[in-house]
Amino acid sequence: MSSSGAALVTVRNLRKDYGSGEGLVRAVDGVNLEIARGEALAVMGPSGCGKTTLLHLMGGINRVSSGELWLDGKRVDGLPERALARIRRREVGFVFQAFYLMDELTAQENVELPALLAGRSSGEARQRARQLLDQVGLADRAGHLPSALSGGQRQRVAIARALVNEPHLLLADEPTGNLDTNATLDVLRLFGKLHESGLTLVIVTHDERIAATADRLIMMRDGAFVDEAMLSGGTRGDLGGLRGFGGEG
Amino acid sequence: MQQEVLLALLAKEASQGSQLRTRLIQALGPLGEAMNDGQIYVTLGRLERVGLIARHREGGSLSERKLYALTAAGQERVAEWLAEVEWPKPDLAEFHLKLIAAARAGLADPIGIIAAQRRELLRRLRGAQQAALDEDAGSEAGLLLEGIVLRLQADLRWLEACEQSWSERRRTR
Repeated sequence: MSSSGAALVTVRNLRKDYGSGEGLVRAVDGVNLEIARGEALAVMGPSGCGKTTLLHLMGGINRVSSGELWLDGKRVDGLPERALARIRRREVGFVFQAFYLMDELTAQENVELPALLAGRSSGEARQRARQLLDQVGLADRAGHLPSALSGGQRQRVAIARALVNEPHLLLADEPTGNLDTNATLDVLRLFGKLHESGLTLVIVTHDERIAATADRLIMMRDGAFVDEAMLSGGTRGDLGGLRGFGGEG
Repeated sequence: MQQEVLLALLAKEASQGSQLRTRLIQALGPLGEAMNDGQIYVTLGRLERVGLIARHREGGSLSERKLYALTAAGQERVAEWLAEVEWPKPDLAEFHLKLIAAARAGLADPIGIIAAQRRELLRRLRGAQQAALDEDAGSEAGLLLEGIVLRLQADLRWLEACEQSWSERRRTR
């Protein structure tokens, strides 16, 4: 059985356990999920609820304990390590709270690196990195080391790096957790542009305002999904009550 | 429209109703879209009747353009208003009592009510957040939207606390 054509990611009864016997922890406890192509999904919950583990399973960073994981119509949960590594490099982009840029490489070189590791020519990698840095608004910072960039700029470099091998799926774990308000808005605007261009996004966060930018929001607790909210299609008419205006008062 | 807002906008110089409207729309951004001209003129009329503003014809000519200006009483009212520390109250008590009444009468599940309310606030938060993202950095309306976003976020955190508390009560009942 193949996954339905519309879904980019299909998760069936997915489980991830750590430890064994008395110390067994069900980090992800039998979840089911379909993510449509081009959808922006947020997974929200308190720390320890299993949301980061779920993200790592979807991106092939961790192996599932049981259940099925389909990516772009292919079942990937049982793949050998080499094949999984290829998926991590080519089909999925990761963005982390702590950026994880290489300190001794420039912004440009950081973005090029995954392209080179995936076997692209240096000319191709350079061109693609330049294009992406331009897209994230950092064309003029290409030659800077991460230490010379602000937190928001570093995260935008990390997003450019995540996109260099043209993944279908971008997985972000607390992408604005280390950023101030303005840098957060910059990153959210960038995600908005990527979403408009058709990229599928999964954002894991404990922050309601980040989660609220998604089309759909899943609440997770103790390894399971406890609620789901469709957020897109809402109106902009009511912006949360502008008390004291609009009526006679 | 709150009367004092219009009064304060007239404190710098006498203005036409349409100028006040333009200034408000600039300050409110998307939140000002729902505002109609009528509200402003109704409010100006009321302020004139109580003697807080006076209407003049521009340059004393016969032109139809009317300028509104603060009277001495109006200036005094603006100064008072600026010193006030009134703050709009979010009505959390009503929702709180809704949960208690629903549980007591067995009419509805408080957890279900909380979940529905949370979905609604999340949709509003999305609307406000999107509107904030559409504003340029440093815009006046962006700052207002930031306040609305933060307020919704606080309400959502309170709903989270409600959910935990009611789940706990259900377990121990």
